[in-house]
Amino acid sequence: MTVTEEAENTDARPSAGVPLLQAEGVIMRFGGLTAVNNVDMTVNEGEIVGLIGPNGAGKTTFFNCLTGLYKPTEGQVRLSGVELPPKPRAVVKAGMARTFQNIRLFANMTALENVMVGRYCRTSSGAFTSILHGPKFRREEAETRQRAQELLDFVGLGTSTEHLARNMPYGNQRRLEIARALATDPKLVLLDEPTAGMNPLETRQASDLIFKIRDSGLAVVVIEHDMRFIFNLCDRVLCLVRGETLVEGTPNQVQSDPRVIEAYIGTGADDDDDQDGVVATSKDAEDTP
Amino acid sequence: MIKLPDIPESVVVRHSAKAWPLGLAGAGLLIIGSLLSWSFDPGVLGDLSISLNPGGLQIVAIAIALLAVILFLARRGPLTSLGQWADTALSLRALGLWALLFMTLVLVAITVETGGLINIDPGGWISFLGAVLLFIATRFVVQEETRDLSEARVPGWAEILVIVVLMAAILFGTAYALGLTDAWEFVLFLVFVTGVVITGVRAGLLSWLGHVTNRHRHVLTLAAFAVAFFFPFTQNGSDANMSIASQVLIFASAAMGLNIVVGLAGLLDLGYIAFLGAGAYVGASLSTSAFATIGWKPPFLVVVLTGACVSATLGLIIGAPTLRVSGDYLAIVTLGFGEIFRLSMFNLDGNNGPNLTHGPNGIPAIPDLTIGSFNFGDTHTLLGIPLARFSNYYFLLLVLIAFIILVFSRLNNSRIGRGWVAIREDEKAAEAMGVNVFGLKILAFVVGAFLAGMAGTIKAHQDVSVTPDQYIFLESAFLLAAIVLGGMGTIAGVLIGAMILKLLPEKLRFFADYRLLLFGLLLVLMMRFRPEGLIASKRRQLEFHEDDEELAVRIETNHAEDVKA
Repeated sequence: MTVTEEAENTDARPSAGVPLLQAEGVIMRFGGLTAVNNVDMTVNEGEIVGLIGPNGAGKTTFFNCLTGLYKPTEGQVRLSGVELPPKPRAVVKAGMARTFQNIRLFANMTALENVMVGRYCRTSSGAFTSILHGPKFRREEAETRQRAQELLDFVGLGTSTEHLARNMPYGNQRRLEIARALATDPKLVLLDEPTAGMNPLETRQASDLIFKIRDSGLAVVVIEHDMRFIFNLCDRVLCLVRGETLVEGTPNQVQSDPRVIEAYIGTGADDDDDQDGVVATSKDAEDTP
Repeated sequence: MIKLPDIPESVVVRHSAKAWPLGLAGAGLLIIGSLLSWSFDPGVLGDLSISLNPGGLQIVAIAIALLAVILFLARRGPLTSLGQWADTALSLRALGLWALLFMTLVLVAITVETGGLINIDPGGWISFLGAVLLFIATRFVVQEETRDLSEARVPGWAEILVIVVLMAAILFGTAYALGLTDAWEFVLFLVFVTGVVITGVRAGLLSWLGHVTNRHRHVLTLAAFAVAFFFPFTQNGSDANMSIASQVLIFASAAMGLNIVVGLAGLLDLGYIAFLGAGAYVGASLSTSAFATIGWKPPFLVVVLTGACVSATLGLIIGAPTLRVSGDYLAIVTLGFGEIFRLSMFNLDGNNGPNLTHGPNGIPAIPDLTIGSFNFGDTHTLLGIPLARFSNYYFLLLVLIAFIILVFSRLNNSRIGRGWVAIREDEKAAEAMGVNVFGLKILAFVVGAFLAGMAGTIKAHQDVSVTPDQYIFLESAFLLAAIVLGGMGTIAGVLIGAMILKLLPEKLRFFADYRLLLFGLLLVLMMRFRPEGLIASKRRQLEFHEDDEELAVRIETNHAEDVKA
C-alpha cells in the first residue's frame, strides 16, 4: 500500500489496509482519575499514525496501556487479531516495541550492547549453552551481534557502536533507542515524542528515519507535539484531549478542525458552554469512587 | 589516603633542586642503617640484631630504599626513559610517607616489645634518619608532565614476563606473610606491601598493568592459577597455613557465588550463607559419619551434585515469592530466610520434628573425603614435598573455584549477562524491551545457590563437623563485605576481598575483639572514598560515578582499544 492513497482517503475510519493493531474501548483509571477514557485506535499495516494532544491528555498513558506497562481498567488491545495480555514482555514478543518520552537507554552499556539487549526476546540461549559455549550459543551470539550492527547502520549509528550510550549526543541517543526497539523484530513501533528537544535538522533526520522504518514494512505510531512534523509524517492523526478521542482523521482534517485548535490554544471566556462538552471526563472521574 | 598540609608551591620550586641529592642521601642512609643492627634484643621482630646480616624487616627497608633510588634516577639520571611515563613525583611522595611510617612503627615496635628506647641500636636510628630525609626530600619533588600510559609499548614477551614476575612476587609475598608468627612483624610487612602498592598506583603502574593484562588475559589467568597451585609447595609439608588457605578458598568460592547474585544481577541477598549451610548439611548427612541421619551413602561426586541441587531448590523456593520485592525489602526477606534456615537446623533434633541434624550439636566426626582410592586425610608426597590433609582439600577447592569462575565469566559475557546488566540499569526499560526480568533474577538466585551448595559439601568434610552456629547472619555479612570491598561484579576483586577478610583475622588474632569495629570502619571508608571496590568493574565504576564525564570518556576510550585489539 502507498502512503498517498491513504492520505487522500477522507474517511476517518480506516478502510484500506489490513488492521494490525486494534485497541477498543481502552479505559485507564487511577483511583478517581480517568486518564484514558474509552479510546479506540486502529493501526493498519505499513501506516504511520500520529497521536497528538495537549500536555496531560493521556497520550503516554495510552501508550503504556498498549504496551502492557499498565493494565487497562477496561478494553482490549489486539495485535494481528490476537489479544495482547497486559505484560510488557508478551507484548514485545507479539511484535510491538516502543521508545520512551524521556530516553531510557541502558546508559552504561555501549550502543551495540543496548541493541543486543533488544534481541533478547528473539534468542533463547540458556545458562547451560552459555556456560559451555555450545553451538547454539555461538550461533545466536554471532547473529545477535550482526543484527545489532545492521540496525545501528540502519539508524545511522554504524560508526559509534562502541560508544557508551551516556556519552552519545542527544539526537543519537534517540536513534539508538529506536534501533533497540527495532531489534525486537516488531511489526509495530510506538515512538513517544521522538523529536523532543531536537533542533530542526535533527527533526528532519528523525522524520526521514521514520519513513525509512515504514518503508521497511513496519507500522509506526508517533506521539508528538511538533505539529509540522506530525502533519508531514502521518497518514492519520488521532487527537486526544483529557483522555478522550477528540478527532481522528487525515492530517488535513485534524489540522483544520476548530476543536483541535481550541484544545491547544483554549477559547475565549464567552465560549464556556463549548468547554463543558470536553470536561465530561472530569465529571466521570468524580462519579467513580 | 592520608592528606598532608601542602607546602606553598613557591617554596617547593625554590628547593626542588636540592630534593634529588637529599633523597638519594636518605635512601643511602636507610640502606646503611639496615645493614647494621636495629635492636639490642634479638627476640623481637625476627632477629634484627646482627650487623651485615639483615633480617626480614631490614631487607624490606632496603627494598623501600632501592625503590626510592630507582624513582629518583628516573627523574634525573640513567632511568629517565622510565620517568617520562611514570608519575615519579606523586609516587615518591607516597613512598616517602610510607617509608617514614614504616620506620616509625619499627622503632615503636622495638620500644614496646623490649620495654624501652634504650634497646634501639644505632642502625635503627640511622635508618630512621634516612627515612626522615627521604620523606623531607620527597615533599620537594616537582610534578612533571607524563605521557599517556596507554601508548606505552614494550615487547610482548616483556609484558608476559611482568605478569609472571608479579605473580611470583604475590606467591612468595603471601607465603612469607603467612610464615610470620609475630603480629608486629606481620603488620609491618603489611605496611610495606600497602606502601609499595600505593607507590605503584601513584606512578601509574596499575593503569599500565590494566592495559597489559587486557592484552594477555589468558596468560594472567593461567599465571594466577599456577601461583595458587604452587602455593602448597612453598609450605614444606606444614599444614598450619594450608588450613587457613583452604578456609580462604571456601570463603572465596561462596563469595564468588554470591557475586553472581549481588554483582551481576544486582540483588541484595543477606541470607546467602544458608545455601552454603544447606550444601554442608547434605554433605554431612550423606557422609559415612556415625552421626549422619540418612542411610544413603553415595560416592562423593553424587553428594556434591545432590548438595548443589538441594541448595538450588531452596534458592528457587525462597526466590520465587521474594524476588517480586526489590532493594531493601529483598535484603530483609533474605535475611529472614537465612535465620529460618539456621533455626530449622537448630530444631530438627527429634524433639520438635524429625531428627535430621541433631540440633545444636550438629553432625560431628565427618570422615575425610575419598575419591576412588585417594583419601584426602592422608599425606601424599609430590615432587619430594609432602602435601598433608588441608593441601588436598586446597587442590579440590581450587578446581571448584576454577569452575565457579568459569560459570561466572561465561554467564556474564552472554545474553543472560547482558540481561542482568539491563535489569540493573533500568528494570522497567529492560522489561519493555522483552527481557525476562523475573526469570533472570530467579536464575541468578538459583545458580548462586547451586554453587554455594557445591562448596558446602566440601566444607562439611574439611571442617569435620557441621553445626548451625557456623551459618549465622554475620557470615552472610562477611561474604557481602568481601564483595563490596573487593569490587562487585569482578573476579579478581572478590578473590582479593575474600583473602583480606579471611586472612587478616587469622594473622591478627590479638585484634580479634575489635575485628568487627575494624571491618566496619574499613567499609565506611571504602564507601566514602572508593565505592566501586578495590578492583572496580568498568560498569560498576560508571554506575557509582554517574556524573563523572571524564571517567566515562576514559573508559570508553579504553574499551574501544580493547575491541580493536
